[in-house]
Amino acid sequence: MLSVTDLQKTYSSGDEALKGVSLDVTGNETVSMIGPSGAGKSTFIRCVNRLTEPTGGSVELDGLEITGLSGGELRDARRDMGMIFQEYNLIERLTVMENVLSGRLGYVSTWDAFRRKFAGDDIARAYEVLDRVGLKGHEDNRADELSGGQRQRVGIARAILQRPKILLVDEPTSSLDPETSRAVMDLLTEIAAEDDIPVLINIHEVDLAVEYADRVVGLRDGQKVFEGDPPDLDETAKGQIYRGEEIPEGAGPAGKVVAADAPGEAVTEEGDLRST
Amino acid sequence: MTDYRTWERRTPQQRVGRYVLILIAVVATAVSWQLLQINYSYLGTAPVEFMDLVNRMYPPNVGYTGAVVSPLIETVHIAILGTALAILMSIPVSLLGAENTTPNRYTFLLGKFIISASRSVNVIIWALVFVIVLGSGALAGTLAIAVRSIGFCSKLIAESIEEIDPGQVEAIQATGANSVEAAIYGIVPQIKPAFIGVATYRWDINVRASTIIGFVGAGGIGVELNTSINFFAWQQVLTILIAILGIVIVSEVVSAYLRRKVR
Amino acid sequence: MATEQQPRREWSRPTAFYNHYVKWAVYAAIAVFLVWSAWNMRISLDRIVTGWGAAVGLIQGMVPPEVTTQFKNDLLIEGLVESVAMSVIATIVGVLLSIPVAFMAAENIAPKPVYWTGRGIITGSRALHELIIAIIAVKAVGIGALAGVIALSYKTIGFFAKLLAEEIEDIDTGQMEAVEATGASRIQTMLFGVIPQVMPRIVGLSIYRWDINIRHSTIVGIVGAGGIGGTLLNSFDQYDYDFFLTIILAIIAIVMIGELISTYVRGRIQ
Repeated sequence: MLSVTDLQKTYSSGDEALKGVSLDVTGNETVSMIGPSGAGKSTFIRCVNRLTEPTGGSVELDGLEITGLSGGELRDARRDMGMIFQEYNLIERLTVMENVLSGRLGYVSTWDAFRRKFAGDDIARAYEVLDRVGLKGHEDNRADELSGGQRQRVGIARAILQRPKILLVDEPTSSLDPETSRAVMDLLTEIAAEDDIPVLINIHEVDLAVEYADRVVGLRDGQKVFEGDPPDLDETAKGQIYRGEEIPEGAGPAGKVVAADAPGEAVTEEGDLRST
Repeated sequence: MTDYRTWERRTPQQRVGRYVLILIAVVATAVSWQLLQINYSYLGTAPVEFMDLVNRMYPPNVGYTGAVVSPLIETVHIAILGTALAILMSIPVSLLGAENTTPNRYTFLLGKFIISASRSVNVIIWALVFVIVLGSGALAGTLAIAVRSIGFCSKLIAESIEEIDPGQVEAIQATGANSVEAAIYGIVPQIKPAFIGVATYRWDINVRASTIIGFVGAGGIGVELNTSINFFAWQQVLTILIAILGIVIVSEVVSAYLRRKVR
Repeated sequence: MATEQQPRREWSRPTAFYNHYVKWAVYAAIAVFLVWSAWNMRISLDRIVTGWGAAVGLIQGMVPPEVTTQFKNDLLIEGLVESVAMSVIATIVGVLLSIPVAFMAAENIAPKPVYWTGRGIITGSRALHELIIAIIAVKAVGIGALAGVIALSYKTIGFFAKLLAEEIEDIDTGQMEAVEATGASRIQTMLFGVIPQVMPRIVGLSIYRWDINIRHSTIVGIVGAGGIGGTLLNSFDQYDYDFFLTIILAIIAIVMIGELISTYVRGRIQ
């Protein structure tokens, strides 16, 4: 399970992207993180595998503290976290197979990586996973020959080839059309169920978040302002997440967790302008 | 506010700027013309002299063709080895000279310095220097070509490194790969087309350059050409010129083909 | 989940060549060729040792660069000034000659026979190195700056006309047709429909070419075509290595100044 406690990120410019966010993701649940642009969703996910270095707080994956790890230890920890990106981040000029197999890079020697020599098991599994994400027969295509939806499937295949303990998914659908978005979300939740791993998705389409998630978390201005089951995400909650409205006295439905410290500060508009 | 009765294409500052520029150009031309003190009578006799030269050159000395082959091969060797050396050395130099891969500001400046030092000295001057050091021969020529090419290759490769998509590198890092693997998978494929393009383009340029470094004794067909000119063996000169033309055209075709092949 | 068959356990990267045997054959051929090239260089330990000694001697002979002898300084200044003057004149002459050639070599406005003539002139100019052209020019008009100007102008045509022709091929033909529709003659169409569109490019390219011509003007003297190159070769022949270094440093300085000016002016024009 992933357990994040009081995660903070202050950029050297003084921008506070995360002001102490805590979150647990367990079992095989799908957790959607929603919030306006600049709320800190991407920063949160990137701090978990330390593509962005957090400035405070702790991240634990199955009891292993990630934040203090150095070079080799961090690389070993990253092998357990599959990441899927908004812009797919495939190696455009390599084949689909090389992209998928790159998920195993944490396990092969540099020399074998250079020669594109991977274990037979990995290759067999790569074929299997390509079949599973619906890209059978595309292994020798170059990534830049594929459509957006297909590329995102390659990205997913790369992440599952890692045999991760958790999938971190950063805006998987914002470069895709609505129909493809649904197909990608279906695939992600299916994998979570079949492989029995949790998925942390940050997403800005609220309807997709509600439809696919087991739990919804709302971020605003670097703070968690909502956490609860999808049905609890009512207009009041949305208003609070997206427009920073004060919660009317006693109106909060059960399950809603408001950020403990000073909600008044979270009600500023400047967060909307900040890019993650 | 605006006076619609007059129409002017540019603002007054722009016009003054243009006039100053034109004035500088005119003055520079006039002064240069004055300084050169060209004797125009030579210009008058030039066509006659030129035709005379052509007459003495034609027909090319066919019997001499055999003697041209070996220096021609040496020329190609110089171009290829020089380019290969330059490309090898430009890998570290371009990594230093690219803003996103250089370790710190001093290494960046070092990279930039190597690039501009190599570029601002002409290949024939490098050839002179290496002839002094190593004696005349193809080795001096190869090194001259290599050293001159480092700057050119490194500059272009560094530019393509600066333009890579960092997301691809990040994605590889996120799988737990080490930094060398991240470079092999994340950076190399992205700069490979530029790399091969630069190498073949520079090779093409180097074939031309290697035909003339022989003038200062640095090997290749230029040595032959220089000797023939000094002995006024004009028919041999024409043979050599035709051979040079041939090899330049072949290298241009090959280089264009290779660059098309790599996307 | 049940797969219908055992998935393949092997995969190899598709190659740009026809198959992997061809790929290895090509790599082997390249390796053999490089070894052959290196073999032909006759590199021996002996040469490297002598070379190292010579290099140390050369550097000791070069440093410090010679700047104290008055007549040498005069020679240096004279050569540099001549080089720069040659580059200016060659650029002007070359550009003036290039413009008609560029129009000839633009596929969209020139008739086919004219087009091929224009292309031919460009290829002829580009094929031979400036030093070879300079040698021929020296034979035709004698030793001196005139030969250098001729050689550099000739080389300018190939460069300038090629790039300008490409620019002309990219122009907006609508503007040209609009001028033609007013009843303008062919020359007037060029003047009003084409020249204004490519004028910034002409200025930018001229300055760029001037920058290149400065570089070349410093070396054509090696074959007697004027400029600092002759002085450089003399100092080399007379083993006057400290003056040799002074000249090289001066050449680097003048080339860098030229590049700075060219970059600055082109930046301002755009």
